[in-house]
Amino acid sequence: MVDKVRIATTSLAGCFGCHMSFLDIDEKLLDLIELVEFDRTPITDIKTCGPCDVGLIEGGVCNSHNVHVLKEFRENCKTLVAVGACAFNGGIPALRNHYELKDCLEESYINGIGIENPQIPNDPEVPLLLDKVHPVHEVVSIDYFLPGCPPSAEAIWTFLNELLSGQEIVLPYTALHYD
Amino acid sequence: MAQQIITIDAQEVPFQEGQTIMDAAMSAGVYIPHLCHNPEFKPQGSCRLCTVEVNGKRMAACTTKAIPGQEIQNNISALQENRRALIQMLFVEGNHICPGCPKTGNCQLQAVAYYVGMLSSHYQHFYPYRELDASHPNYVVDFNRCILCELCVRASRDVDGKNIFGISGRGIKSHLVINSTSGKLGDTDFNVDDRAALVCPVGAILRKRLRYTTPIGERLYDQQPINVVGDSTQPHAGAKKQW
Repeated sequence: MVDKVRIATTSLAGCFGCHMSFLDIDEKLLDLIELVEFDRTPITDIKTCGPCDVGLIEGGVCNSHNVHVLKEFRENCKTLVAVGACAFNGGIPALRNHYELKDCLEESYINGIGIENPQIPNDPEVPLLLDKVHPVHEVVSIDYFLPGCPPSAEAIWTFLNELLSGQEIVLPYTALHYD
Repeated sequence: MAQQIITIDAQEVPFQEGQTIMDAAMSAGVYIPHLCHNPEFKPQGSCRLCTVEVNGKRMAACTTKAIPGQEIQNNISALQENRRALIQMLFVEGNHICPGCPKTGNCQLQAVAYYVGMLSSHYQHFYPYRELDASHPNYVVDFNRCILCELCVRASRDVDGKNIFGISGRGIKSHLVINSTSGKLGDTDFNVDDRAALVCPVGAILRKRLRYTTPIGERLYDQQPINVVGDSTQPHAGAKKQW
């Protein structure tokens, strides 16, 4: 029996929209599971990434935990893929980059509308926010990018098929978009 | 005057005396990527995307006159790679968050990026802080997305005769400014019928309240690439129809 390809996925500073789009390949998941085995992913709920062939990263990097997870993926995955608009350039979370982090926190937790018991969270369990949100390529080297908000199920399926079969990755025009 | 001939990627392209390489290419339906060029206005050659190799020398197609016998290379990998790098630099210099932009799908920056195969922004992002000007009743100017093509500057100055827009500063500090005492669009005589209101190739000058009239997926560049459907000529950011 041929060893299955091991895939890990994670969502950093993303909305899980890319993962939802991944699940939108629907019954093709059954075809996929014939070829791959999932390591760390929200689907398996495995908490740390072991040695893998492919890592799919959704979201940009906004806090210390994101940096940790991204580096863990880079160390363990032979091929690392940035999936979606936030991994690509920070996306919507990067809109906060125009403001001071302190101002963002105060707006959210001190001065915002309807806040009771105003205080900025400082529990040690809560990862510290980075000063700015970064795209993943600013933190580790990335092998492939699959843009889109989210990339369509068709784009993800085509991409994975071509990657797994060792072909050059060529997406149809309608599958490549930034929005 | 008899038609004369240049070749672009080995294809014979006729031209009239006085035409630029870009004019000749556009008349013949040969696509040379460009952002600051619009045939209605005097070419200025600032975006450099239309750089082609003319008998081995790199020149901007929009400002170089066609001369008989020119052998021009356009769609070659070395030039496409340079174009991709230029587009990536435009992406990191401004704040181009496509999922949050009403112009998405009708945006020429995005369309050229698709055409040159940009899959990542590659460079480190600047994330500059730029104000938004919503002072005008019908238009909003989002400086975050300005690529300094100067089409609005030329349209306002040369067609509308109003001189509402200008570029101030030098080098990386160059930025779009508005010609009023307050610096706000609302304090100018800019109006919806101005030519300058319709020429922005990106989502920097936007008509209010009409931004999502055409669903994403049905916009100009959603199904077909820019070398097939041509430049964005939508009357407003979210429109399907062309003016």
